[in-house]
Amino acid sequence: MSVLTIAFYAFAISTIAGGLFTVIGRNPVHSVLWLILAFLSSAGLFVTLGAEFVAMLLIIVYVGAVAVLFLFVVMMLDVDFAELKAEMAKYVPIALLIGTVLLMQLALAFGAWEYGDGALERVAARQGDQQNTAALGLLIYDKYIMLFQLSGLILLVAMIGAIVLTLRHRQDIKRQDVVAQMMRDPAKAMELKDIKSGQGL
Amino acid sequence: MADFLNTGAGMALIIVAQTLAVVAFVMVSLLFLVYGDRKIWAAVQMRRGPNVVGVFGLLQTVADALKYVVKEVVVPAGADKTVFMLAPLTSFVLALIAWAVIPFNDTWVLADINVAILYVFAISSLEVYGVIMGGWASNSKYPFLGSLRSAAQMISYEVSIGLIIIGVILSTGSLNFGDIVQAQEGSLGFFNWYWLPHFPMVFLFFISCLAETNRPPFDLPEAESELVAGYQVEYSSTPFLLFMAGEYIAIFLMCALISLLFFGGWLSPIPFLPDGPLWMVGKMAFFFFLFAMVKAIVPRYRYDQLMRLGWKVFLPFSLVWVVFVAFAAKFDWFWGIYARWDLIG
Repeated sequence: MSVLTIAFYAFAISTIAGGLFTVIGRNPVHSVLWLILAFLSSAGLFVTLGAEFVAMLLIIVYVGAVAVLFLFVVMMLDVDFAELKAEMAKYVPIALLIGTVLLMQLALAFGAWEYGDGALERVAARQGDQQNTAALGLLIYDKYIMLFQLSGLILLVAMIGAIVLTLRHRQDIKRQDVVAQMMRDPAKAMELKDIKSGQGL
Repeated sequence: MADFLNTGAGMALIIVAQTLAVVAFVMVSLLFLVYGDRKIWAAVQMRRGPNVVGVFGLLQTVADALKYVVKEVVVPAGADKTVFMLAPLTSFVLALIAWAVIPFNDTWVLADINVAILYVFAISSLEVYGVIMGGWASNSKYPFLGSLRSAAQMISYEVSIGLIIIGVILSTGSLNFGDIVQAQEGSLGFFNWYWLPHFPMVFLFFISCLAETNRPPFDLPEAESELVAGYQVEYSSTPFLLFMAGEYIAIFLMCALISLLFFGGWLSPIPFLPDGPLWMVGKMAFFFFLFAMVKAIVPRYRYDQLMRLGWKVFLPFSLVWVVFVAFAAKFDWFWGIYARWDLIG
């Protein structure tokens, strides 16, 4: 068994374990921590596939930013666990339905899936012996620039929308006026004493 | 011997030996960095600093570490024990594993991967978890507030660090540290390095590193006047030591990053002197000196000032700079100092 195989099984097992404990964990904060383990292990799986750039992005974006937000929200929420448990029973059918659909999709992908004619020819070819990063860059920024920009635009609209929805500018509170603070004249606010070096005050 | 080293076990042995060498270097540096930090701080405040244990107090840190290790580990009654113990381990281990991709000389690197800079960035974005977990698991108000502050601060300044790094990557055309240093090589020595074309970003990067590593003047997570000692309040003995060591190792890593990205790594500043790992270590020590001086001289920021600086000053400025560097590199402005794509192999 090569090192790569061992690494694959180690990462695969910890991904599955992470996912499993995310779902069955009693404490939401622990669940998020398990989720982070799942993210990290799947980044490891990407590395074993030779997609190191995607692996690093997965860690930077999902673990470094998204999961931190999750953790913030979960930690700050005052969750009543007993009530949560009671609520859960109500949503079990829907969850089961979604789970079944996902499972069937996976089964389709592994079992009955067949490529259409010419599907493989539409796969973007890799030019020369480029590194992953350069190859991805050429594809995203040259070949699929339109799609990339459009998806960026959608994200921008979503971001601005979220800000607009939550922005409340309160007038009845005191604010820090940074410019006024910086423009203050030190001569009026304090007095400077000249102290000889080595003597102290 | 050579035959053995070519087998799987031999190569594993070599990797373990190299790893140990890097870890030993970092840990020994750590001992003297903490000492140096205290000495520099003391000198600025006209005190003598540690001067009892060993010659000139050089062994003070060893004594401190020993003392931390033999003390009792106190776990608060309401604490989440597993997460409480996991937090210091996380911050220590993460601080150490980032060194895997830091080169000290041409080819002197543990893992010469082609996304090295992203790896360091990913690891440093993970470091926030040690802080959050520590603060939350302590089950106490001040650590929690401290950890929230710290997490928000680290995330904010990561954004500008990332954008500044993008500028350097654009100039180099590679994510590998070896290539980044190679792109700074030239007949002018000191003036070939990236600090000149990326001049304003050197300062932004330095200040962002201060904030990212929670160093004064941005040490708000442990602002004693408000939060006792931030997320570390409930920690004692070895877990506290791990937090402390992780913090200093992260600072030293930032010094290494500054020297690699902007100051030519192992390249010699004077063209006719040979390049070598001593330059790299010297540069790292110099930047650590600057870190220590900032700690001694600059008064602490207010939290809203810190956030304002990060989001409203650094972020737009570094974003504009990325656009500028992209144009300068593409159209060969300024005698091509922004585009060094020919220099890397």
